[in-house]
Amino acid sequence: MLKKITTAASVIALCALAACGSGSGGAGNGTGSSGGDAITMGFAQVGAESGWRTANTKSIQEEAKAAGIDLKFSDAQQKQENQIKAIRSYIQQKVKVIAFSPVVETGWDTVLLEAKRANIPVILTDRAIDSDDTSLYKTFLGSDFVEEGRKAGDWMVANATGPTNVVELQGTTGAAPAIDRKKGFEEKIASKPDIKIVASQTGDFTRSGGKQVMEAFLKSQPKIDVVYAHNDDMGLGAIEAIKAAGKVPGKDIKIITVDAVKDGMTALANGEINYIVECNPLLGKQLMELAKKVVKGENVPARVVTEEGAFNQEQAKAALPNRQY
Amino acid sequence: MKNRLLWPIVALVALLLLNLIFTPSFFALRIQDGHLYGGLVDVLKNGAPTLLIAIGMTLVIATRGIDLSVGAVAAIAAAVTCVHIGTSPDFGTALAGMAIALVLCAVLGLWNGFLVAGLGIQPIIATLVLMTAGRGIAMLVTEGQIITVNNNAYRQVGAGFVVLPVSILISLAVLGLVAFTTRKTALGMLIESVGVNPEASRLAGVKSKTIIWTVYVFAAVCAGIAGLMISSNVSAADANSNGLWIEMDAILAVVIGGTSLAGGRYSLAGTLLGSLIIQTLTTTVYTIGVAAEVTLVFKAVVVITVCLIQSPKARAALSFRKVAVAS
Repeated sequence: MLKKITTAASVIALCALAACGSGSGGAGNGTGSSGGDAITMGFAQVGAESGWRTANTKSIQEEAKAAGIDLKFSDAQQKQENQIKAIRSYIQQKVKVIAFSPVVETGWDTVLLEAKRANIPVILTDRAIDSDDTSLYKTFLGSDFVEEGRKAGDWMVANATGPTNVVELQGTTGAAPAIDRKKGFEEKIASKPDIKIVASQTGDFTRSGGKQVMEAFLKSQPKIDVVYAHNDDMGLGAIEAIKAAGKVPGKDIKIITVDAVKDGMTALANGEINYIVECNPLLGKQLMELAKKVVKGENVPARVVTEEGAFNQEQAKAALPNRQY
Repeated sequence: MKNRLLWPIVALVALLLLNLIFTPSFFALRIQDGHLYGGLVDVLKNGAPTLLIAIGMTLVIATRGIDLSVGAVAAIAAAVTCVHIGTSPDFGTALAGMAIALVLCAVLGLWNGFLVAGLGIQPIIATLVLMTAGRGIAMLVTEGQIITVNNNAYRQVGAGFVVLPVSILISLAVLGLVAFTTRKTALGMLIESVGVNPEASRLAGVKSKTIIWTVYVFAAVCAGIAGLMISSNVSAADANSNGLWIEMDAILAVVIGGTSLAGGRYSLAGTLLGSLIIQTLTTTVYTIGVAAEVTLVFKAVVVITVCLIQSPKARAALSFRKVAVAS
């Protein structure tokens, strides 16, 4: 008797399981065919380390809403392992497209291969990866960091009078913007041998980092003429350190930064920074357009560059009232 | 006691000498705008938050606990204060903001104490909860933005000077207070007894649970003040980077100072030395021009060396003569 009941129960259970299986399968197919309307995008952000990044996040979130794309957003707090975890979870959730700004350049092959096998296209935003296999991602949308470094270098070469000692505040070690902005700058100043980088250290793209490193440089370097900071926030930290040393930022020590966020532009307009190369964070709209094309299977260029310029003090005064971020 | 502090002192002196060799002007001090200015002053100013957190951590570790949430608590304190201050330049607003933040930190400390003493969860797990969630709370408060403030009263906490940096004066005052209340009364002994054996202490009439709650609340308040220093130093609250990994620096400072993670005996002087070693190490990296790519390796080598010379076994193994005498 007991045996019969168990058999009956297991048969019922099996039927239920089968029903569930077919049910979910049907639903899966359903969304698959109507995928053109509701695109789900998984976005793995680096973190919120600077005002620039926050503007970038905001632009992506707002433009996703405007484009009717369902955005799943995660913040990796500057850790590669968190970003890999987020990407894996997007693969499991079967999103239509994955976009992310890689924290560092290397170590992405495995997780991107997983995405490729699951047939989920990947778009890189703002930072590139270093991989031999370019089929791992569809396109890279973002600024040309080497070009930004070159613009900073050009200004340096044009405005240098006599021997110039430059100290450099690098971004997070190993991050693409830090490597490329350094490279572009060095490339340009190489033409003038009397411009020298006398010290270079990472300030991790943060204000506290920039301030601490600059404080140490001010003590260890006998003569500093120019600070080249890889982002505004480190430059703002350096301003504090220079003031504390009894010198005038922008006059005694000139400052070049990259980004052009509102706080940086304010300092530029006030004469505390001398030149800012723009790095445009508002790439949300372009990203959503690319995402739609990629999901439809259309061809997209492998590299899309965002539009950006540079500001001196007068231009900053004019541009500041309309600055959104 | 003397012997325990000998090796940290040797390490600190060695680091300072290294700076002197690479930067002869490292020890130069001058008066700038009415306050002291120089490399050593920077070490004190930037080391103040780590020292403060390490003091709280010392007491927690003495009760055989650990507090991983201090970095997140520091971020919350900074976020709450800066959001409260907003664009106001008032002294009163800054004071109110800091008071609110520190009360909130005490509440967070109560939460940690509740998990550890009340529910009996292992400290490393209990405080991991707030370590992870706390940064989220701070992000929520700042809405993910970096909040820049322009308030001269608030600036004083982390960037102000009364001859010496205000921040180190605060940290040293707290150190003095803790040394006095725990060493001149029985409190220190009670804390150590809880660390050695909480159950035996309870049976002997020590209120173990109350002591555990107290040390977690104290650690959280210390973390809160440290958070204010860090954010005030740059006049901005950055929920993401404020106090990031400072719990590890603080634990390392306590351990380098000779306090055992197994609880019991603790050394506040050791913690002071440990904090100074860690900050001097960071400053050394910047001054002697270690390349950014090898910074972490350089730090790791120094920390491992310091830990090794503190271990009697490692010292014995390095010295053949001692081994020969022993055998």
